Amino acid sequence: MRSLLAVALALLAAAAMAAEVAPEARRSGYDLASPEVRAMQDDDTANPGMLWVSQGESLWAKRAGAAALSCQDCHGEARTRMKGVAARYPAFDAALGRPIDLEQRINLCRTERQRAESLAWESEELLALTAFVARQSHGLPIAVDDSPELKPFSALGDELFHRREGQLNLSCSQCHDDNWGKRLAGSVIPQGHPSGYPVYRLEWQSLGSLQRRLRNCMTGVRTEPYEYGAPEAVALELYLMERARGMTIETPAVRP
Amino acid sequence: MNEAIRRVVGEAEPQPGKVRLELPSIVENGNTVPLAVSVDSPMTEAEHVESIHIFNQKNPQPYVAAFHLGARAGKARVSTRIRLADSQRVVAIVRLNDGSFWSDSADVIVTLAACTEQ
Amino acid sequence: MARVLINLPESAKRGEVIEIKTLIQHPMETGYRLDSNGAKIPRDIINRFTCTYNGEEVFHAELFPAIAANPFIAFSTLATESGELVFSWADDDGQTQTESRQIVVE
Repeated sequence: MRSLLAVALALLAAAAMAAEVAPEARRSGYDLASPEVRAMQDDDTANPGMLWVSQGESLWAKRAGAAALSCQDCHGEARTRMKGVAARYPAFDAALGRPIDLEQRINLCRTERQRAESLAWESEELLALTAFVARQSHGLPIAVDDSPELKPFSALGDELFHRREGQLNLSCSQCHDDNWGKRLAGSVIPQGHPSGYPVYRLEWQSLGSLQRRLRNCMTGVRTEPYEYGAPEAVALELYLMERARGMTIETPAVRP
Repeated sequence: MNEAIRRVVGEAEPQPGKVRLELPSIVENGNTVPLAVSVDSPMTEAEHVESIHIFNQKNPQPYVAAFHLGARAGKARVSTRIRLADSQRVVAIVRLNDGSFWSDSADVIVTLAACTEQ
Repeated sequence: MARVLINLPESAKRGEVIEIKTLIQHPMETGYRLDSNGAKIPRDIINRFTCTYNGEEVFHAELFPAIAANPFIAFSTLATESGELVFSWADDDGQTQTESRQIVVE
């Protein structure tokens, strides 16, 4: 914690202007990770995240709820029908009048179509299904929509990304735009692109969602993390995906 | 750690050589550290590796794993992922079928994650 | 039943060395971690992994809490004859999970 304070003071001392990462200078966390972490991600037969993808594949075909439907019953083969889907989430939901992320979309299907209980955030099942669906976009570029109805939400996300917060009074931008590539307590600061979510984070010893990771960052600057599914959380996810537009999806990524 | 090693090798003195312990010299997170250990052995009925024992210096327990091979292994190489609580030395002790012990060690620097849950 | 990923070739030549990679979903709770109330979370690990080839044991490993969560073990064995490789993981409670794979040896 003292080292974090030291960095915070250094950042405050240096008259840091918010310098966005130029599109051609964008790097995935993969590029900044150690060779060992990269090797773990690259080998599908040894990537721990694939355990959840495999579980998701089974869940896809499993009937659930009062409607006794499986994802497969409506959507068919995930390999073809889910291709590109994760790449454009968070997406605008017309009925709700706001963007929702992939986890929320899956739960909407669970409650409204399957008439089953929604799956808890960070539960094995929700992670498995999200990882399996996102895996079908592996290798594809992030392609969140550009439509006008998303503008106010991505503007909120943009504002949140640049807002200083917490006891350490740091914004996301100060680390991830201005100081990426430098070290914070021995770890290399990434640019913060959500290209591999859900991600197998070594620190968690488990797969986890983007919202979980954002909560970790917020705890890191000593601010109250957003509740899971909060509008701010989704707005931030949307902004991050827009900021990463065009980058390749790596799900399930491995990160420290 | 030395006591734990003693319990495996008994009176014998493990000699350096034949075994190669591969660990990264610095890791971003001690929760999952890739480890590979290989032994220079023809792996025949006459000459092969019986077992490979991995120890560490600073975790709460000195034992990490023990791998039992034998002539049917074909190749004396095992990989796994270990946990290291702190920067420390890891030691591999190999027992050959002729009763001899060989060793190798590696020092690993363990760094901590920056933004955690606590 | 924990999720398992096993990787090995479907066929091999007699005398060839087969590389096998295994991954199983398991928290490998060390017994040293504290929960939010400060109480020790009890140890719960897979302590033994065994591989048999047509009934004969060809590899086994004793695992301790220092083995990372979702244990990954890669090892090799000689392709001797066609048949069945059986992998089993045993935990501290004495529960065992078993998976098998066929191999064709020419």
